[in-house]
Amino acid sequence: MITRFAVILVPWLLLVAVWYAIHYSGFINPSLVPTPHAVALRGWELMHSRLPLDIVMSTQRVFTGVLSGIIVAVPVGFVLGWYRNVRSLIDPLINFFRALPPIALIPLVIVYFGVDELAKTVILFYASFFAGVIVMYEGISQISPIYVRVARTLGASDSEIFRKVILPLAVPHMLTALRVALGVAWATLVASELIAAQQGLGALIQNAGSFFQLDIIYVGIICIGFIALIMDLALRALSRRFLSWQERLA
Amino acid sequence: MSAKPRIVFDHVSVRFPTERGQMQVVEDVSYAIADREFVSIIGPSGCGKTTMMNIVAGFMTASAGSVTLDGRPIAGPGPDRGVIFQEYGIFPWLTVKENIAFGLKLRANRTDEKEREEICQRYMRLMGLSDFAGAWPRMLSGGMRQRLALARAYAVKPQFLLMDEPFGALDAQTRMAMQDLLLEVLAAEGKTVMLITHSVEEAVYLSNRIIVMTARPARIREIIEVPFAYPRSEDLHERREFGELRAHVRQLVMQEYAQQARQKPQADN
Repeated sequence: MITRFAVILVPWLLLVAVWYAIHYSGFINPSLVPTPHAVALRGWELMHSRLPLDIVMSTQRVFTGVLSGIIVAVPVGFVLGWYRNVRSLIDPLINFFRALPPIALIPLVIVYFGVDELAKTVILFYASFFAGVIVMYEGISQISPIYVRVARTLGASDSEIFRKVILPLAVPHMLTALRVALGVAWATLVASELIAAQQGLGALIQNAGSFFQLDIIYVGIICIGFIALIMDLALRALSRRFLSWQERLA
Repeated sequence: MSAKPRIVFDHVSVRFPTERGQMQVVEDVSYAIADREFVSIIGPSGCGKTTMMNIVAGFMTASAGSVTLDGRPIAGPGPDRGVIFQEYGIFPWLTVKENIAFGLKLRANRTDEKEREEICQRYMRLMGLSDFAGAWPRMLSGGMRQRLALARAYAVKPQFLLMDEPFGALDAQTRMAMQDLLLEVLAAEGKTVMLITHSVEEAVYLSNRIIVMTARPARIREIIEVPFAYPRSEDLHERREFGELRAHVRQLVMQEYAQQARQKPQADN
């Protein structure tokens, strides 16, 4: 138990040590690299002012965007993965839109949807949808037809095959799609908040940047990292719960 | 075999469309498999053996001629015909017991929970899987997967067993043990069996009759009666008559393999 704890803790301590080393080494002007304890102190202060709202706003945006994106991506990805001819028809379109970085669409989104929450949700929906749909349809298209054949020879009807064979085989791909979408959405969120938002971690960083408040920038960055980490851990726990039958767990 | 015919191939031909036009895979094949008969079909790879099994299983239809089951044309797959695929198709997301119970929970063969439990227990015992009821398939050896596939197919009480190279992936010892287990189970439950195999030894050991197919397009080269009475046991392999029959079948099969090898450039199915 203690060694397990140490294994988790050591890399972080190492990171903090390197950070101090950089600050005191003199290679970089120390005023450009705030010390870890200064950042921690600023973080503590911000916890009592705007930081909780920033965290809530950012997390909420990611949740809405990813959830709506994945809810659409799963059935669409499913259809594309399952019906080969539909896929060859739609594939170029999907790849075209997927190749567009969501950030590049922000100015357009502002024109059409303004600068409200809706605009951010639209961008995040876009990012999550295209990240998720690709993972989903590539996963589904690789499902071996043998399972469907076996089920048929045992007497399964079409609806039973869908519920009892295809759905369980699709779950791992849904979870992967969710994980990928979460990663992409998080990256896109911060970018969109950098451009047009009053609250949110991206806005926090952007405002701090304008006033050269390096410690606040660091606080923002660390929060973003930790929230992403927590979300990923939660998803992995979810995968373990649903996918204990699989050979290897991510 | 005086018993009534159950599976009947009547002048069956199968053609597949390819880039170079139609490819004839099966040509004018007629035979009948009687009730509770064990028939092996042997011939070169890619000669159309699996195609014939797929027709009986209900996954495809003949281009010409007819295949009937108890006098009726085949309309799709069904639980009356248990199929053992070469790659088994064990459901990896279900435990051993859930795999066996899968068919029993379908509307087509709905059973109540008590009966389901009994059937699962019975086949797990029979196949030596009782200690692995809750195990995931990924933990099983090749022989155990094969037994699980058999148990799952048996659970829904099919009258026919269609097997495509079921023991192909097993080592020699496991293979022999599985053949004996199959004979044992068949002796207890009596089913009509169509076995696709590459092994002459296996065909002679298990079957009532062996159908040797020619190189593609598959026609019937010869139908061989296997005279040995059931139950058969492994010392049969050492009998002189067994050796003679095996030599005869092997000779036919080797000729057809050689023939098929010569026409190989024609693309595989």
